[in-house]
Amino acid sequence: MAKLDLNRQPMPRQTPEKRAKNFDEVALGYSSEQVRAEADRCIQCPKQPCVSGCPVDINIPGFIKAIQQDDLPEAVKVLKNKNSLPGICGRVCPQESQCEAKCTLAKKGAPIAIGRLERYAADWERANMKAATDSTTAKPAPGKKVAVVGSGPAGLTAAAELARYGHQVTLFEALHTAGGVLMYGIPEFRLPKEIVQNEVKYVISLGVDLVLDAVIGKTFTVDELLSQGYAAVFLGPGAGAPIFLNIPGENLNGIYSANEFLTRVNLMKAYAFPDYDTPVRIGSKVGVIGGGNVAMDAARCALRLGADKVYIIYRRSEAELPARREEVENAMEEGIEFHLLTNPKQFLGNEQNWVAGMECYRMELGEPDESGRRRPIAIPDTEYVIPVDTAITALGTRPNPIIPTSTEGLTVSRWGTVIADEETGRTEKAGVWAGGDIVTGSATVISAMGAGKRAAADMDKYLRP
Amino acid sequence: MYEILLREDLAPKVHLFRINAPSVAQKANAGQFVVIRIDERGERIPLTIADWDRNEGSVSVVAMEVGATTHRLARLQTGDSIANFIGPLGLATEIEKFGTVVCVAGGFAVATIFPIARAMKEAGNQVIAIMGARSRELMFWEERLRSVSDQLIITTDDGSYGRKGLVTEPLKELAAGGSIDRVITIGPSVMMKYSALTTKPFGIKTIVSLNPIMVDGTGMCGCCRVSVDDKTKFACVDGPDFDGHKVDWDLLIARQRTYLEEEKLALERDQHECKCQSSS
Repeated sequence: MAKLDLNRQPMPRQTPEKRAKNFDEVALGYSSEQVRAEADRCIQCPKQPCVSGCPVDINIPGFIKAIQQDDLPEAVKVLKNKNSLPGICGRVCPQESQCEAKCTLAKKGAPIAIGRLERYAADWERANMKAATDSTTAKPAPGKKVAVVGSGPAGLTAAAELARYGHQVTLFEALHTAGGVLMYGIPEFRLPKEIVQNEVKYVISLGVDLVLDAVIGKTFTVDELLSQGYAAVFLGPGAGAPIFLNIPGENLNGIYSANEFLTRVNLMKAYAFPDYDTPVRIGSKVGVIGGGNVAMDAARCALRLGADKVYIIYRRSEAELPARREEVENAMEEGIEFHLLTNPKQFLGNEQNWVAGMECYRMELGEPDESGRRRPIAIPDTEYVIPVDTAITALGTRPNPIIPTSTEGLTVSRWGTVIADEETGRTEKAGVWAGGDIVTGSATVISAMGAGKRAAADMDKYLRP
Repeated sequence: MYEILLREDLAPKVHLFRINAPSVAQKANAGQFVVIRIDERGERIPLTIADWDRNEGSVSVVAMEVGATTHRLARLQTGDSIANFIGPLGLATEIEKFGTVVCVAGGFAVATIFPIARAMKEAGNQVIAIMGARSRELMFWEERLRSVSDQLIITTDDGSYGRKGLVTEPLKELAAGGSIDRVITIGPSVMMKYSALTTKPFGIKTIVSLNPIMVDGTGMCGCCRVSVDDKTKFACVDGPDFDGHKVDWDLLIARQRTYLEEEKLALERDQHECKCQSSS
């Protein structure tokens, strides 16, 4: 047996000094030599543990084998058989806790860089293959009209799958651009918008009819969709409503939710103000509260918009940071300062009602709470002030109530999430499925895609006589 | 794209746009708003719905030239189109038979108050309308508002038309008269604040329509958060109507001023571009 190659190919990246001043993608992608070297490390083990780590069951050894054989069209085909959005997943999936965590070589500390290979194949397709066409529409079209609500990861996936099953799909999006969180949330330097739009175009090329500016629950209700000829509805509107801290001073000027800040910057292109009309105000010292990927995204955007100092304020320690390790490292390299075991008590304002500082407690970790993580506890009399002139709260999101409150018969949990069967996505309302953050609360792109895919399969069964 | 079926100048710097938007028209109700975006580089701004025609499939909005976007909108003509027109958003004004309802409009908010007064009248209320403006030339829709009101009171700051003074003066007299069941007051924040302060001692429920800065208008960003009864609310999904006696007005007014510098910069740039275009 050949010796195991444990030399995992590093991802070429822009230098921290350079990238902290631009919005271009940080990770540059493998070269053709690197991609071959990385693919060749895969031993094609018969048990294929990686596949069990993939929420959408990609035939991972299959696409890697195609790369080993320099057959990139085949690699793309294998990927797209299970995943409509490989260019996105290759970039933003937390592979380190999914497929790569299960890789046989992970035990040796050098799992195959599956995400980077996926990204390479998707980028190769975008650069080299003609307008995406799809030959996997195998079944005859049953001719049923279905509605998909929300064009984020769950909705795009459900729409693509349903179209491939032969259904007539209308995809409704509330904003003026399709892509959901992939457009308004994740910044350009982590997920170029051109890639998202390319994946959207692919979904449209499958015959999906995209309707923008349609706020379901307002412009049309779910019940109207059902009574106006849609045989089934998939709800994938995401968990769009920001959570605030509920502490004094939170409504001062200069305090953004991460959703607002990122929407202004990413979707509305406020970084190009005044060429684009939407402004964003960034001071010299920016405090970002939270420790997830969204907090890292907001902090790194603030830095790129010219802030002198950007702080991450997180109430637990470094080990508990929920963000991907790679993003934490990127942020640290770029000069983001981490105030760990720190939690705001209140925001302080100046005479113009602008935020001027955050009064914070130092925290310590107590016993584990329901989430299994050690509960952060404020240490009495440790308050100190961090001067900031912009603050961004990245504390997670909850479902937007517009759809649940406007839809008769849809049941919601006490957290406002829609109750749906985990496996099939069926809600308690006949003809309505749901998946993604609206069901789980804030989670990952790939778990939303998995939910969209499983729901589409169940909807297809329901739609066939 | 959403076509402008009719552009009409109502007063200096105040224009009506009747927009082709059939699905919005089907659902529009008094007190709701739309979010518009003029073109690819445009910002999303909320505009209150002034009227709708479900048969024609049109929705009318009225905009005053204040910032870059409203100036740019003002240069569009009948037959032009805008990129996005989203709605109807927010909760509709609570309409039922209250008894006697006073509808107060400050400035161009007469366009917003009109469908509310009409709905109140249709619900069987006695409607008293008060419309106020700085001077006569800024007045419009007097006859439209009169047609849905049992009584119409006009005030101007300079006395050029109707009664000289602010809308709060006749409002106070009506409130003191003791037979008012509800007040709806819409206009600039300061006008709504003082209208609410006027009715507060009389304990008359007073509804205001708040106009904070918004981005998406669908509850996603929290930019429009306001404090009502010491609780944070999102004007876009929880409002825009709130109990005027419970609104933290100073917070609202401070937050509306967040981007004053940027708004000035954007407007200067717009005016410069506009001149360049018209001279070429």
